[in-house]
Amino acid sequence: MPPVTSSAPLRHLLGIEALSGAQISRLLDLATQFQQQAPARTLAGRRVLLLFYESSTRTRISFEVAARRLGAETVTMTPAASSIEKGEALLDTVHTLRAMAVDAIVMRHSSSGAPVLVARNVDVPVLNAGDGMHEHPTQALLDGFTILRHKPRIEGLEIAIVGDVLHSRVARSNVLLLTRLGARIRLCGPRTLLPPALATYGPQVTLTHDLETALDGADVVMVLRIQMERMQEAFFPSEAEYVRLYSVTAERLRGARPDAIVMHPGPMIRGVEISADVADSAQSVIREQVENGVLIRMAALQELLAPNA
Amino acid sequence: MNLILKNGRLFDPSTGRDQIGDVVIAEDRIRSLGRDIAVEGPGTLDCTGLIICPGFIDLHVHLREPGFEYKETIETGTLAAVAGGFTAVCAMPNTKPVNDNAGTTSLLVARSRELGNARVYPIGAISDGSKGESLAAIGDMHRAGVVGISDDGRPVMNAQILRRAMEYASMFHLPVIEHAEDLHLSAGGSMHEGAAALRLGLRGISGASEDTMVARDILLAEESGGHIHIAHLSTAGSVRLVRDAKARGVRVTAEVTPHHLTLIDEDVRDYDANFKMNPPLRTRLDREAVIAGLADGTIDAIATDHAPHAAHEKQQEFNRAPFGIIGLETALPLVLRLVDAGRLTLARMVDALSCRPAAIFGLPGGTLEPGTVADITVFDPEQRWTCDPAQSKSKSRNTPFAGWEFKGRASYTLVGGRVVYRAAP
Repeated sequence: MPPVTSSAPLRHLLGIEALSGAQISRLLDLATQFQQQAPARTLAGRRVLLLFYESSTRTRISFEVAARRLGAETVTMTPAASSIEKGEALLDTVHTLRAMAVDAIVMRHSSSGAPVLVARNVDVPVLNAGDGMHEHPTQALLDGFTILRHKPRIEGLEIAIVGDVLHSRVARSNVLLLTRLGARIRLCGPRTLLPPALATYGPQVTLTHDLETALDGADVVMVLRIQMERMQEAFFPSEAEYVRLYSVTAERLRGARPDAIVMHPGPMIRGVEISADVADSAQSVIREQVENGVLIRMAALQELLAPNA
Repeated sequence: MNLILKNGRLFDPSTGRDQIGDVVIAEDRIRSLGRDIAVEGPGTLDCTGLIICPGFIDLHVHLREPGFEYKETIETGTLAAVAGGFTAVCAMPNTKPVNDNAGTTSLLVARSRELGNARVYPIGAISDGSKGESLAAIGDMHRAGVVGISDDGRPVMNAQILRRAMEYASMFHLPVIEHAEDLHLSAGGSMHEGAAALRLGLRGISGASEDTMVARDILLAEESGGHIHIAHLSTAGSVRLVRDAKARGVRVTAEVTPHHLTLIDEDVRDYDANFKMNPPLRTRLDREAVIAGLADGTIDAIATDHAPHAAHEKQQEFNRAPFGIIGLETALPLVLRLVDAGRLTLARMVDALSCRPAAIFGLPGGTLEPGTVADITVFDPEQRWTCDPAQSKSKSRNTPFAGWEFKGRASYTLVGGRVVYRAAP
């Protein structure tokens, strides 16, 4: 596996796969500290580049808020009205921006592995804010952090992840993180979006096409966004049929444990992958996930830019 | 003018010869083989400890000229060929313009003769512009010197066009070379579809995308009586299909690349696009099957699919980077690894690098028989060296084998009796 970040100290945050257990604990602990007390301006005078090749509101703003709370300055670059749109090669863009004295690059890109390519070619830390269908490490960390606010430990939990697993970087990062922490994962979705090779993630991962089976006795239900463009690619026939088979509704949720929590990485479409009553129910921790996202991203930025602060 | 290769191991699977001896070359032909031939002179090469075999013929090379001279030229490509022990290469037509006409074919022939490195046998396009719509000028290109036709890189999705091409090309005894890939099944893919691709989040190119086309092509060859040659066969399924078809007497032949004999999808690391090629690196089981298929002759030939690309093209997002790696200078040591491991006999190796390619495409060479053209590869099976892309004779550096410790390297390459490559001492 990628040797880029095998052990402490953390040089980049490219994916959960390359993180050690100690590094994961450290990030979760730091986020807990930030939750308990207002942070010092440990990144004062530092400049963080937010390089977003793919549109994103919540993740970009979450990183921006996190960086500023630690005292850092942020610069944002998005495709529209930039050299990206003019067809400049990724590495040329990055070298140009690096020359403008940035101390870290937070990057989202539609190509899997793009942050890995950048990390190999720059001398500042790179944080992956989501790359293609590969990883979204801060999302998984914030999800793990959120679960720990409601459950004493992750070890032994039954966690259902429902939806378009094939295309989901959130699912990949969460499977890696949560199995590492000892959870059992049930991946659920239509056969077309749930390739059997997912079973190679390990014995703690099971696959089912039946939502009831997935939810039965689950401690955590993670609902993934379903993009309607997948219909054009013949992954499933219609929105109506998807809703009938895979929408997480209050009635179906009764099969889960009574204290089960419901999560969604956003943006969610009410009435499609999740019903409105579930999204707004007491079991839903969706808004909390957003709050915790800032804490985790503060932890990641501090760990990369000021590890001894 | 005589040239003598002295005291080497004469190794020729076409005749079964394997003995220590000398080769006497007169003009462009092999005059005689023998032992302790007394003639001495300036034209003697000491081949003690070296293997002297029929010259290697690579059925699948991208020379990139005309049109992509920043990646490779006929000159740099043929220099890389002879440095790798290849005396002849077949040049794929996906240049700019596409080699779909006699003029472009003639240019390749003339330019390569003028250079005098490896022989270059052009492959013509199957269809105009390799667009898969109408037949290219197959007869004219045949007269100008093509030895096969292919829309390599762009499979012929329309089965009717491919069938007509096979029928038409059979008049000129030209093989139809197919890059077997169903473009609907492989759409958007950049590596083999499987667990490794899933983890990397890369869209996959399934084994079935190759197999379905190989199956289709075999059926069309069977019906038309034409000769189909499967380029860079890479899956267990395709090996099985070709094996069955050969048993039925269908005119199907196949080649495999050294990289498919060596690497697998799990070797794709850190999104290094030097591991990106098409067909992609397959699974361990596929690799086992292509090795077995090569050993038992189901797969006729070893061909490199030498595909040079500039550094800036490979230094991109994995899904954006172009497919292909260079291969001419690493083929011999990679295949020798299989010989050392006992997976392939030396005889089958030389057969697959020389005798069979000559036989199936009807090319000169592939033998050390007196009277035949003196295209000869002399290599040192024991020489150890480290793969350093910066040292490559190719204009490009895109190889996944950088830093590999190799054993075996060409010492002399002779084309038409002339020493066109001599390893640095």
